[in-house]
Amino acid sequence: MSEERSDMSEDEDGGGGVEQKERWGPSQGGGGCGSAKSRGGVWTDPPPPFSDQVLENVLENVLQFLVCRRDRNAASLVCRSWCRAEAQTRGELFIGNCYAVSPRRATDRFRRVRSVVLKGKPRFADFSLVPLGWGAHFSPWASAMAAAYPWLERICLKRMSIADDDLSLLAFSFPFFKDLTLICCDGFGTHGLAVIAEKCRHLRVLDLIEAYLEEEEEDQVVDWVSKFPQTTTSLETLGFDCVVSTVNFEALEALVARSPALRQLRVNHHVTVDQLFRLMVRAPQLTHLGTGSFGPPAALALQGDVMEHEADLVSAFAASKSIISLSGFRDVASQYLPAIYPVCANLTTLNCSFAEITADELKPVIHHCHNLQKFWVLDTVRDEGLQAVAATCKDLQELRVFPLNATEDSEGFVSDVGLAAISQGCRRLRSILYFCQQMTNKAVITMSKNCQELVVFRLCIMGRHLPDHLTKEPMDEGFGAIVMNCKKLTRLAVSGLLTDKAFAYIGKYGKSIRTLSVAFAGDSDVGLRYVLEGCPKLQKLEIRDSPFGDPALLSGIHQYYNMRFLWMNSCKLSIRGCNDVAQRLPRLVVEVIRDRPEADDETVEKLYMYRSLAGPRNDAPPFVKIL
Amino acid sequence: MEEEFTRGEGRPRLLDLIPNGRDWGSYAAAEEKKLELRLGLPGGEDWSAGQEKREHPVESALSLDHISKVRKSTNVNASSGTKRGFLVQVEPKTEGILIDNMTFQQQQLQQQQLGFLQLQAKGKESLQKTSGSAEQQSLEGKGCGPHAAHASSTKNAAVAHTASQSRAAATPVVGWPPVRSFRMNLAGTAKASAESHNGSSEAAKKLENDRKSLFVKINMDGIPIGRKVDLKAYDSYDKLSLAVDELFRGLMAAQVDPLAPSILKNSEEKHVLIGLLDGSGEYTLVYEDDEGDRMLVGDVPWDMFVSMAKRLRVLKSSDLSASSLRAVGRKRTSNS
Repeated sequence: MSEERSDMSEDEDGGGGVEQKERWGPSQGGGGCGSAKSRGGVWTDPPPPFSDQVLENVLENVLQFLVCRRDRNAASLVCRSWCRAEAQTRGELFIGNCYAVSPRRATDRFRRVRSVVLKGKPRFADFSLVPLGWGAHFSPWASAMAAAYPWLERICLKRMSIADDDLSLLAFSFPFFKDLTLICCDGFGTHGLAVIAEKCRHLRVLDLIEAYLEEEEEDQVVDWVSKFPQTTTSLETLGFDCVVSTVNFEALEALVARSPALRQLRVNHHVTVDQLFRLMVRAPQLTHLGTGSFGPPAALALQGDVMEHEADLVSAFAASKSIISLSGFRDVASQYLPAIYPVCANLTTLNCSFAEITADELKPVIHHCHNLQKFWVLDTVRDEGLQAVAATCKDLQELRVFPLNATEDSEGFVSDVGLAAISQGCRRLRSILYFCQQMTNKAVITMSKNCQELVVFRLCIMGRHLPDHLTKEPMDEGFGAIVMNCKKLTRLAVSGLLTDKAFAYIGKYGKSIRTLSVAFAGDSDVGLRYVLEGCPKLQKLEIRDSPFGDPALLSGIHQYYNMRFLWMNSCKLSIRGCNDVAQRLPRLVVEVIRDRPEADDETVEKLYMYRSLAGPRNDAPPFVKIL
Repeated sequence: MEEEFTRGEGRPRLLDLIPNGRDWGSYAAAEEKKLELRLGLPGGEDWSAGQEKREHPVESALSLDHISKVRKSTNVNASSGTKRGFLVQVEPKTEGILIDNMTFQQQQLQQQQLGFLQLQAKGKESLQKTSGSAEQQSLEGKGCGPHAAHASSTKNAAVAHTASQSRAAATPVVGWPPVRSFRMNLAGTAKASAESHNGSSEAAKKLENDRKSLFVKINMDGIPIGRKVDLKAYDSYDKLSLAVDELFRGLMAAQVDPLAPSILKNSEEKHVLIGLLDGSGEYTLVYEDDEGDRMLVGDVPWDMFVSMAKRLRVLKSSDLSASSLRAVGRKRTSNS
């Protein structure tokens, strides 16, 4: 939910990570800097003598005000001394692909880093397309940072594999550690959490977002909540809604009671409504609340005695004047939902995307939410529910509508009607993720015209190759209108029946697009070619099950050094084409992933390629072949 | 949009998708000839063309379905507005078998006693473990699966693709729709335990009841490797107890002597697990219920037990009074 925190989601910011977008020529070498970011090695003038050091000192003082990493990247390219000065003053290190640079190289260049953001697996790993054990291990980074950054305060990881030992290393190596945010990570368990809780005395943020903790036997589950210091803590954010094991509630309650700085608390679904009430009483200053199950304890549910908690809950919410964000609602009993009315008017974020609520249940809630900016919901609210949203939430910036049944044949609860309604009512919409079963070009075109602020447009028509359900035409025109009219669009995900024409549109108009996701679309190589040749800002391209082959792959040779990665699976690629690319672009790591050992050698099931200064990685599992 | 559902064209060769040549018994072979490729309409409106053929392809197709170890049960073909339908790619060529509704398939499949198959209605069941580990295991273990279909479809995509983009949908595809497994797992849990809000949770309940096999993990103290038992394969506690005994006998013998033959002679039966249910033996059988509490096996009627038990454990009887009966309250998101 808080994906945009710490710039993890690069959709809205300037993007452009450590890697430089400009030419990544083979002539890398040289330069005092010439490493993770810049090209390096072009300057020919020797640095001026004597004043060099003075200049750098001045520069450092000035450059420390530069925060945005794109600005910093640009500054580092000016000349060698700027590069050095910038490296000395960079406080946050952002590595968009953990294999793009070796940990050692990064830590050698940037010496005074306090905050590290690291991303690992490609996004399609979320959909089980990347086999287990592929990589993105945090260990080498942990070791390198432990040695180089004793002052490190913050680590934010996305899609990395982290072991409990790594967490231990963190806890013991960084005495000033404050902030651990793990998004979609896996490999660790409660033991690692316990070490963090216990040893990081200055911890402010422990935020686990959609992490996959290791399955543990009952007797191995550690009561990590009890391990926090018994004195007043400095905790500001504690998010563990993805942790599947129960936590010791008494310990949690006590922890909340002695954490006066706590602002964000997201509990897991084992916390029932009566327990939630107790926590809220302890922490009336909360701004972000993840409500856990929001259902009654099991025993109570059986007796049907739910009224008892309702009154308590209402009073708790009434007393929580600061809440601006609500999430959780895992097992929501709809009779509890009205309890949140007191805070609705202040809500800027509401995530009820695990709650199967109907339009009628939603309406009274959403009616109060005038200030809502971010809304995640299940499609069970139907078009009608979305119409209610459109009627009230005029400031809505981000909408995500998830499917209750994520299958292709499920009954569609939302459709083009809902999308059109949203576009009518929420003119300031910037980001949308919409799962549906039927869509029309007309609705998409309407949205493209109404919502000019759109930065992220992700439409998932769940049935593959589905056309406009009224006209039976491909969805080319709809997506074409989006790229044409939404000038700020940087992220696009397409679906439905799409011909090469759609890609022609994207190539022609999608000049700002940085991330593109394609599935089951296109007719021929030409489609991919349009995109590779037409979208200069393209950074991340992920494609599945589309008829693009080697010629298309080769048409992007000029572009791949400018991109963070390309992922293609179940397309028409062959080993020859991939080898070709690998040979022509030596700084590109070309990984062919083969999960079935007996698959023939010619076809390439999964291709993942990315630019890298580190060369082929040495931790690749057997099913990965690096060309 | 036009799609080509080749009607009766070509003979899908099911067995091609099973690289290790696993024999699916008589079904596949016998029904091969009867496999009909057709386009079906949603909701069973007009099935005249396909009615009589449904029975046959269902079995084989569902075998295929099983091979694919799909979590999402069905695909939609891109017919005009059709959103229902179940297509199974049986061959590199772009044919698909359209089967109409899942419950029918379920019944068919259940008749075949493919006990290890876990079906799902509407893709709710979370076989999928987090991080796709199940996926990986399946792939490595079986050597076939969606990727069989994938590879085939990849290879023959050249054949498949026409300008009209009318490729018959393949077997239910991994990772599509692109919903994070985290969300799918948790949604499944929520649905199963939530009060009935709308029809979809009824489907979930129906799913729970219709399943004809319920595999739960069973671990034994002192043995690091667990087993799985199908609770629905037994109808009484005694039979379960016998089964547990058999399961672990070999393992226990192996513990003592790793080279011991798997078949025990009579004289070596000292490891027989008796008295599991009444506390009289060296070991006792306990289970973990859906609230996460550890309970003694045998108190409730068998059917109720089957519906509640999430995993089993064989404890040393001497440990009973100790921590083992403490309520743990730990829920698991995926059914064992």
